[in-house]
Amino acid sequence: MTPLLQIRNVSKSFGTVKALDDLSLDIQSNQFYALLGPSGSGKTTLLRLLAGFEAPGSGQILLAGKDITHVPPNKRPVNLMFQSYALFPHMTVRANIAYGLEMEHLPRPRINARVDEILSVIELAPFASRKPDQLSGGQKQRVALARALVKRPQVLLLDEPLGALDKTLRSAMQMELKRLQHEVGITFVIVTHDQEEALVMADRIAILQDGKLLQSGAPRAVYEHPVNRFAAGFIGVMNFFPGVAEPSGLRCADGTLITTDGTANGPAVAAVRPERLHLAPGENRLPGTVTALAYHGLDLQLHVQTTATAKPVIVRLTADAAEAQNLAQGDPVTLGWAAKDTRIFPA
Amino acid sequence: MHDRRLMLAILSAVFAFLYIPVSVLVALSFNAGGLPTAWTGFSLQWYAALWQNTDILHAARNTLIVGLVSAALSTLLGTLLAIGIETRRRKGRALEALIFAPMIIPDIVLAIALLSFFSLLKVPMGLHSIIASHVVFNLAFVCAVVRARLKSFDWSIVEASADLGAPAFTTYRRIVVPVLAPAIIAGALLAFTLSVDEFIIAFFTAGAGRGSTTLPMQIYAMIRFGVTPEINALATLVLGISVTTLALAQRLNKGGLPGQ
Amino acid sequence: MNRKASTTLMAPALAWLTALMVVPCGLILILAFFRRGVYGGIEYTFTLENLALVLDPLYFGIFVNSARIALIVVAIACTLGYAAAYAIAAMPKRQQPVLLFFAVLPFWSNYLIRTYAWIVLLNREGLITRFARLLGYQGEMPQILYTEGAVILGLVYSYLPFVILACYAPLSRLNPEIAEASHDLGASRFTTFRRITLPLTLPGIAVGAVFVFVLSIGNFVTPALLGGGQFQMIGNVVYAQFLTANDWPFGAALSMVLIAVMMGLLLVQTLAAERGRHA
Repeated sequence: MTPLLQIRNVSKSFGTVKALDDLSLDIQSNQFYALLGPSGSGKTTLLRLLAGFEAPGSGQILLAGKDITHVPPNKRPVNLMFQSYALFPHMTVRANIAYGLEMEHLPRPRINARVDEILSVIELAPFASRKPDQLSGGQKQRVALARALVKRPQVLLLDEPLGALDKTLRSAMQMELKRLQHEVGITFVIVTHDQEEALVMADRIAILQDGKLLQSGAPRAVYEHPVNRFAAGFIGVMNFFPGVAEPSGLRCADGTLITTDGTANGPAVAAVRPERLHLAPGENRLPGTVTALAYHGLDLQLHVQTTATAKPVIVRLTADAAEAQNLAQGDPVTLGWAAKDTRIFPA
Repeated sequence: MHDRRLMLAILSAVFAFLYIPVSVLVALSFNAGGLPTAWTGFSLQWYAALWQNTDILHAARNTLIVGLVSAALSTLLGTLLAIGIETRRRKGRALEALIFAPMIIPDIVLAIALLSFFSLLKVPMGLHSIIASHVVFNLAFVCAVVRARLKSFDWSIVEASADLGAPAFTTYRRIVVPVLAPAIIAGALLAFTLSVDEFIIAFFTAGAGRGSTTLPMQIYAMIRFGVTPEINALATLVLGISVTTLALAQRLNKGGLPGQ
Repeated sequence: MNRKASTTLMAPALAWLTALMVVPCGLILILAFFRRGVYGGIEYTFTLENLALVLDPLYFGIFVNSARIALIVVAIACTLGYAAAYAIAAMPKRQQPVLLFFAVLPFWSNYLIRTYAWIVLLNREGLITRFARLLGYQGEMPQILYTEGAVILGLVYSYLPFVILACYAPLSRLNPEIAEASHDLGASRFTTFRRITLPLTLPGIAVGAVFVFVLSIGNFVTPALLGGGQFQMIGNVVYAQFLTANDWPFGAALSMVLIAVMMGLLLVQTLAAERGRHA
């Protein structure tokens, strides 16, 4: 099946800064795709390239097989939801949403019908005559979304869609966006620096760093099997054990041997997720002292100081588990975990 | 997004329109022939002629006096006004209108109003009446410049100073004024320039005597009653002073002119 | 700072403004109702004849003509000024303050000199003539100086920088993503300008337009220098009443009408600004 969007060897520089470096990516139809990376990684530049506001220095962008690399933004079947929402302040909600359809020169009755339809989807029908400055942040976002979706683009681009919302609203909107994507069946491509958001919403994640594609895959794959040290540290929380690689694993500075899944050469780091660590025997064992405890409702987070690394090891236990009971600061513990849960990367 | 060529074309046309007439004037002031009909060589003779012209020198001296004194007075009054109004909790609309008025009142109206006022009160007119009149609009401009700076002023440093034990006057002297200094100086420079350039109000409030002619009044007379090439030199000089003063004000107060 | 202290600070300036602006203007208002004395001077008898004279076709006609000229000046200056401001706002951010400074600089410098520059250019023997001859034009040059056209040109020249400044403010504050959003939704550059940029920045033009109208209608230097002896705008008439005809009450009455026009426009503009508070 041909991917809906094919990004082929795209490079873009601004002056001496290389924002995108020979990047290639495929995005399928009906997919929720997240472009994830720190600031400066090139993700926003890529999004703007897809929208048509910039043209790549070299490379091609194909939509359903057609080359749209140099097609201007108003002629692409691609729409962008801006980070600042960019609602037209002098128009009502209804007029904002209708605008894009007016540009398609649709007859007025059809425009009204489609606007009404989407107003009920985003549940803002009673607000149709309000102006943007009379809406809350969450409502503005829904209008921005509706304005783009009503045009039934082949791809919907979203630039940090949840950045301006407060925490509770953000969690609700994450699920809402995911549901919406399923319902309309359009490919959503979102740009975010929040890896948790990407994990929750996306069907597929692409991690970008310095204009290059680091890794792409399903959230689970990216989380469990990060491709290098940066990806491992960028997604979720990760414990790192620096040392020197050996045939069976990693030798820490204090002599402890950690058995890993995979091998490396020379200076390396072993990495294991906090939730894979237990206070019970395992293939890998590490004694330490509890330096901090934090109860998070569902889980208990421990900081355990060991001799294997300078930084305390972070452990996540299910609060109800037997091992999590009666723990206090200063308690000696022994951490145990499986080799198959431990990655190793060159340092 | 924008058609860059179109933007550059618009800018070139507008800047040409704005600067060509004045450039011509400046160029002419160096033209030995003095007339725009032919360029007969570079010469400073017209500038030299200015020095010989006692009327012009007299007017220049008057203008300097008026400019400096009215700038000083209006800077003081305008700064105090700005601080006073920005520290009020409730700002009346009438108050705002009063402070705004001098900047938009047509100058001929203000000029005749002042003329009537001085005449009716039988106040003898001269440089002092010009100065007093100039202060009216100058203080409004100084106030605008200083207020603009005050809008982004972090008042918590005043509170910090008080918390550390400083009495009000010391706080103002050592904290507020130094921070405001660039804006105050920019306002002063602006007031000076406006005063030096001002014609109508000076014309009406100078009184009958010839002793209180300012440079703009002199220039006006020269234009009306006989254009000589010296005017070009004089014009260039005055323009030069204005531009330098304004550039200085801008430098001091990053975007300091009102409206920016 | 407490209320008393801030009032003390404001007092000297406010006193100055009251004494030397409010009172004199009030005086003008009163003066309009007195009669011109036989030998000049003022006869303190209440009369409405000055106001009646203002409505006389001769003077009313001059008012209307001045307003007409002011409107033309506003139209030209606002079109050019908006275009220039738009172009400046479209330049890279770093360059904008410099461009704006040079665009606005002429406004703060001597308008007498700037008007004089046009005399030099437009004179029969002036530079424009020379330029035309250079291009091969042999015929008789049309009279440009001392016409209404020259006055309009001079007024536009004087106030254009101010209009640029007034239009630049809303243009530079506009969120660039709004124009991009319009583009993204399918609008051409022209449609984006017509339906989005222009409506949202109109308040800036309105401010500029009101100012330029008020300044133009009351101007007397430019008509005096560029219009020639016979050319009269209302500013020249007021000037004449005070300095040659010695009919101060009538001059005051004329000024009163000018002030009324100015305040009326400001009121309209303030109300419009409050209504359109959604930009």
